[in-house]
Amino acid sequence: MSQTVTHLRSVEPLPAAERQPALAQPAIRIRDLHKTFGRLTAIDGVSLDIGRGEFFMIVGPSGCGKTTLLRVLAGLETATSGTIEIDVPAGSDRPENAMVFQGESIFPWMTVWNNAAYGLRMRNAPASLIKERVGHYLDRTGLARFADYFPHQLSGGMKQRVSIARAFANDPEILLMDEPFSALDAQNKLLLQEELLRIWDEQKKTVVFITHSVDEAVYLGDRIMVMTAQPGRVKCFVRVPLPRPRAIIELQKAPEFGELIHRIWSELRDEVQRARDQENQDAEQDKQARA
Amino acid sequence: MSTQTIVAAPEQSFALSVRARERLLGIASPIVLLAVWEIAARLHVIDTRFFPAPSSVIAVLIDMLRSGELISNTLVSLRRLALGALIGGVPALVLGIAMGLNRWVRAVFDPLIAATYPIPKSAILPLALLIFGLGEGSKIFMVAVGVFFPVVINSTTGVLGISSIYLDVGRNYKANRWKTFWTIALPGALPVIMSGFKLGIGIGLILIAIAEMIGAKSGLGYMIWTAWETFSVEQMYVGLFMIAIIGFVLTVALNELERLIIPWKRD
Ligand SMILES: Nc1ncnc2c1ncn2[C@@H]1O[C@H](COP(=O)(O)OP(=O)(O)OP(=O)(O)O)[C@@H](O)[C@H]1O
Ligand SMILES: [Mg+2]
Repeated sequence: MSQTVTHLRSVEPLPAAERQPALAQPAIRIRDLHKTFGRLTAIDGVSLDIGRGEFFMIVGPSGCGKTTLLRVLAGLETATSGTIEIDVPAGSDRPENAMVFQGESIFPWMTVWNNAAYGLRMRNAPASLIKERVGHYLDRTGLARFADYFPHQLSGGMKQRVSIARAFANDPEILLMDEPFSALDAQNKLLLQEELLRIWDEQKKTVVFITHSVDEAVYLGDRIMVMTAQPGRVKCFVRVPLPRPRAIIELQKAPEFGELIHRIWSELRDEVQRARDQENQDAEQDKQARA
Repeated sequence: MSTQTIVAAPEQSFALSVRARERLLGIASPIVLLAVWEIAARLHVIDTRFFPAPSSVIAVLIDMLRSGELISNTLVSLRRLALGALIGGVPALVLGIAMGLNRWVRAVFDPLIAATYPIPKSAILPLALLIFGLGEGSKIFMVAVGVFFPVVINSTTGVLGISSIYLDVGRNYKANRWKTFWTIALPGALPVIMSGFKLGIGIGLILIAIAEMIGAKSGLGYMIWTAWETFSVEQMYVGLFMIAIIGFVLTVALNELERLIIPWKRD
């Protein structure tokens, strides 16, 4: 992964309302990425740029390779072919990325506090910083009272919030979030979506965010990538021109909101249908093969 | 509809009384057995050369306690057990976890362990005596061998059983090898490792008794063996009784230790 010298920090950021996707300064550059697992092609030639500070959303039918793409970005999976470049601003002492994993990923053997402090501890952050950061994000995720609890004493949504706090507390350049809010109740989801937008507005992190919720994609994103059914390719990009800062509840009243939702849904619907047909076909072939 | 409540009430009180009766029986059965044994011995219904009356065993036990002989032999055996468990257990723990984390380490050691594990540990005793002589070394070695295998096997199994998502989290947060060991592999495998240790200590207890019967000058096994040579059956029973007590106390202590070091399993 290359580190080129950029001067983003010396440039005055644009007022939030005027900010364009910063494609002139990509933080992530993916070219013709392929990933196969044995005979299965999970990602089939994806190319894209994600701007520094961009809030980038990925939607697509189940099994289309979204998680795989994120894992390749995180360095947890090696690409079969293609290139990925990740630019870290010169002189940054932040970690390159932190991932909020799909499903349960917090350590059952650590308390809520120790789970949230994990990233900072792994890079030997000073105790005072750990205390401040972890305290802050446990507060923000509504978990301060549960700092000494073990995961088996928490609800599913609370566990998910711990893994969000863990990623935020680590203060990475790039946040990789794999359906982070899908296990949450509606109220907590709304609170955390707003909190995420607030943190993002403050810190200008690059966020790559996978979701199954088209509403969520439009609430949060600068740009949405719709993926095709497996094998995963880019179907289209949809820009979200809604002004920021966004108040999520207010957004629903905006006429553009409904249009965007409709557009993304119609792009997705074909793919979901195609994924279903494919699954049925596969099952049929299996049956014939067995007979 | 009222019949339902009538049926439910007595069923509950019946369940309670069953539990109470169970507990009562658990206490009563050994006492009854000892009483029957005592009476049978006094009436010479059973051969007291093989089954001396419990009262006479207790008398010998008190004698041996007074002379300090019982306590010193027990301490000697416990010391060998503890040293053996440490010397066998710690390397087994480290090697087992390394095997679980690294496929190459596993590829090297797996066949060696698979080949040596089935050898009955008691059959190694002559070899241990040959190498380590009649002193402490051979006794401690036997315990170490007994503890080593269950711990190494369970450590590997425990680490391999850790869900891969936790190792991914460790990689994502750039945990180095050392930190991966301490924060993920060890705690993640600890419940399985603990049951390996319990198993190993049980085997160690068997082996220490056997090892002390041959070429030893102290220990509970030696005590039981000399009892056979002098035909002091009561002393033999005292030795067996002490080993049973040690086994029982160790089980309780290890369960307590488990609760202490695996707090996330507690409810
Ligand atoms: N380690 C692996 N080994 C083999 N196949 C895999 C592996 N990981 C993913 N796959 C396959 O790759 C494809 C894409 O999986 P992926 O997890 O990326 O989907 P996804 O888009 O995240 O789906 P979902 O929305 O359901 O989470 C699937 O067909 C899956 O079966
Ligand atoms: Mg996924």
